[in-house]
Amino acid sequence: MSGTHSLGIDRIACDGYGLCAELLPELVELDEWGYPIVGSAPLTGQALGHARRAVAACPALALRLDRAQHRAPDRQSPQRT
Amino acid sequence: MTDAMTDGQPPLLTGDGRDGMMGPYGSRLLHGWYATGGAADLNEHLGRYGPPPSPRSTDAVDRLVRAVEDAGLTGRGGAAFPTGRKLRTVAGGRGTAVVVANGMESEPASRKDEMLLDLAPHLVLDGAALAAAAVGADVAHLCLPRTRQNQARALREAVEERQRRGLDTVPVMVHELPHHYVSSEETSLVRWLNGGDARPLSTPPRPFEKGVGRRPTLIDNVETLAHLALIARYGHGWFRSAGRPDAAGTTLVTLSGALRTPGVYEVPMGRPIGEVLDVAGGASEPLGSILLGGFFGSWLPVDQALRVPFAKQDLASLGAGPGAGVFVALPARACGLAEAARVLGYLAAQSARQCGPCRLGLPAVAADFADLAWGSPDPRLRERLEARVGLLAGRGACRHPDGASRFAATALRVFAHDARHHLSLGPCAAAGHEPVLPVPDTVVPDEREWR
Amino acid sequence: MTGIVPLAAGPSPLWYATRAGGTVALVLLTATVALGIAVGGRYTPRRLARFEVSALHRNLAVLTLAFLAVHIVTAILDTFVHLGWLVTVVPFTASYRPLWLGLGTVAFDLLLAVAATSAIRLRMGQRRWKTVHWLAYAAWPVALFHAAGTGTDTRLTLQLALYAACVALVVAAVWWRLYRAGPGRVAMRLWTGVTAAAVPVVLTAFLSSGPLQPGWAHRASGPAPAATGAVHPAPAPTDDAGGSE
Repeated sequence: MSGTHSLGIDRIACDGYGLCAELLPELVELDEWGYPIVGSAPLTGQALGHARRAVAACPALALRLDRAQHRAPDRQSPQRT
Repeated sequence: MTDAMTDGQPPLLTGDGRDGMMGPYGSRLLHGWYATGGAADLNEHLGRYGPPPSPRSTDAVDRLVRAVEDAGLTGRGGAAFPTGRKLRTVAGGRGTAVVVANGMESEPASRKDEMLLDLAPHLVLDGAALAAAAVGADVAHLCLPRTRQNQARALREAVEERQRRGLDTVPVMVHELPHHYVSSEETSLVRWLNGGDARPLSTPPRPFEKGVGRRPTLIDNVETLAHLALIARYGHGWFRSAGRPDAAGTTLVTLSGALRTPGVYEVPMGRPIGEVLDVAGGASEPLGSILLGGFFGSWLPVDQALRVPFAKQDLASLGAGPGAGVFVALPARACGLAEAARVLGYLAAQSARQCGPCRLGLPAVAADFADLAWGSPDPRLRERLEARVGLLAGRGACRHPDGASRFAATALRVFAHDARHHLSLGPCAAAGHEPVLPVPDTVVPDEREWR
Repeated sequence: MTGIVPLAAGPSPLWYATRAGGTVALVLLTATVALGIAVGGRYTPRRLARFEVSALHRNLAVLTLAFLAVHIVTAILDTFVHLGWLVTVVPFTASYRPLWLGLGTVAFDLLLAVAATSAIRLRMGQRRWKTVHWLAYAAWPVALFHAAGTGTDTRLTLQLALYAACVALVVAAVWWRLYRAGPGRVAMRLWTGVTAAAVPVVLTAFLSSGPLQPGWAHRASGPAPAATGAVHPAPAPTDDAGGSE
């Protein structure tokens, strides 16, 4: 299960620098304001290596590699009452 | 009691709450209200439900958690996450846990938490104490909005009285938080309790791992805790005697809009939406659509909605969820686009301004919607709006953009006919009418107003 | 300018390496700082991608450290002035121009902190990393004054032009960044702008009252006596007399 990583973004930290889209054009798109749109597809092989370098290059340190094997027990919507 | 006996395990511990088990109209949480028409003080509460069990041994704690799991209780704050599973996760976390009771109710169309805290405060406080016992917490925090100072004072007095009588084993702190829409989000509570702004945090770590004081933190809606207090007394079989096997128990609902007697009611889960609305006297005029879940919810065309049972599984097929039990009945004469545009303007103003999609995308969607409702939109607006709406979901630290996206997407779908009309002929006459959905003032909170 | 010294003992190539290394390091540091500001301000040149600007910033930073290593190691190995290894990390302990050389040590220490935290940035978190990274803004003027105050070549026209270019580049970058900054934090932006503008003024005043005046070498030696048992005769008098600029 060690190979199952996917791209994650700390949305609060992300400032829309857009380096991730330059470095990972096949994985990251930008919206009209320059903020990233990423899929949750697992990364393998070469893509994983490229993703690692993009993670290190993010000026806001907002890009990260999430390990997909461990699912948080309550990925839930907020208490909205 | 009989159900608790037939559970195959002894009742956890219960007072003589026989007549407290179920009130008129199958009410449980609102039993006292139906009996007296007023708020229940501690004596009345204990008289009705008996003293709460206080599970001290690990065995008793385990039975309590199992009872909640078997009862199938789900969170009543909007996420409908299984409460028992959450209890177990927090209890198994590293370090002494913390319990947070969420009574923020920032949803403008919801009143049920405020009502419950007014009418049956001790059910909530029982639930907080029991949850603390279940997860091994040494403190419980009750979070209320700053706008309800009288209620906070009453609850502080209630807490003091319980402490005097030795009812609570852990200290309960009543807090008053800034009242913004996203301040009721669970990470907002954690951040505020840790001395920060009442604004959402990025996850991970999620509060059940590292929350208040970096300790495992159980955050439950106050209604969820009130149900827990009754499950602890009467057992899971009793709880399941209302509702459906896959949607157990009763739930508080806030019914408003074009209904004869709008208000907060308690209904069994799994009832068709039409029957839920009948509890409030039914429609007062022909309905066009139902907003389910409030500003965070989904629009449903009325002909489709009335037959659908109010349960997670059934609603999911319509792209909706039970949410916090908010129902707004929109009359057929109203302009849904104008209603939706007002709400989206509010949601855009109320974002925490932390993430790009909420800071830039949501106001753009709100502006597009306003254009669609009242302006003279260009023909490409609809396409652009749909693309922008689609890009909101899943792209924030919290679920604020997801909720707004769902709200806007279902509005575009349900009011598609109106949208075509607006696009080709301009705003309809009803767009300028008095709003049906009451929307609070759309003000952007000042940076200092988050503390 | 050190015209007499070579006659005395023949200049050590190490001494030239020290000076050249220091000058190159200053230029590289200046470029690194300017690029860092460009990254923060989302500079998007037509021919370069943003990640390339970012990568250039990082690579030049590494190169700066390499030239600093040359600068420092050769200075210590050279026997023209006696410097111990302690001087590399503990400021103001040198026997030779203690204050001005000490500034170099301070700048080096700051840059080491910046480099070390950048190496473990992913693990230490953005906020803490950034706090430390701001030290680079302190390191640059400190390095500049170290160069101006210690630099054997300060009186060369070319060297002065180089300093001017460095200052102009960083001040321009800071002002560009302030221009790009959004509203808010007015006090912060105001102070940054004023501070940036003050650097060339202070440097000019310093140069004209210090290194460009006769007797600077003597004065720069500070409290420590000029003759410190160095192999070479103390260069103080010759430095001024033979100042061939």
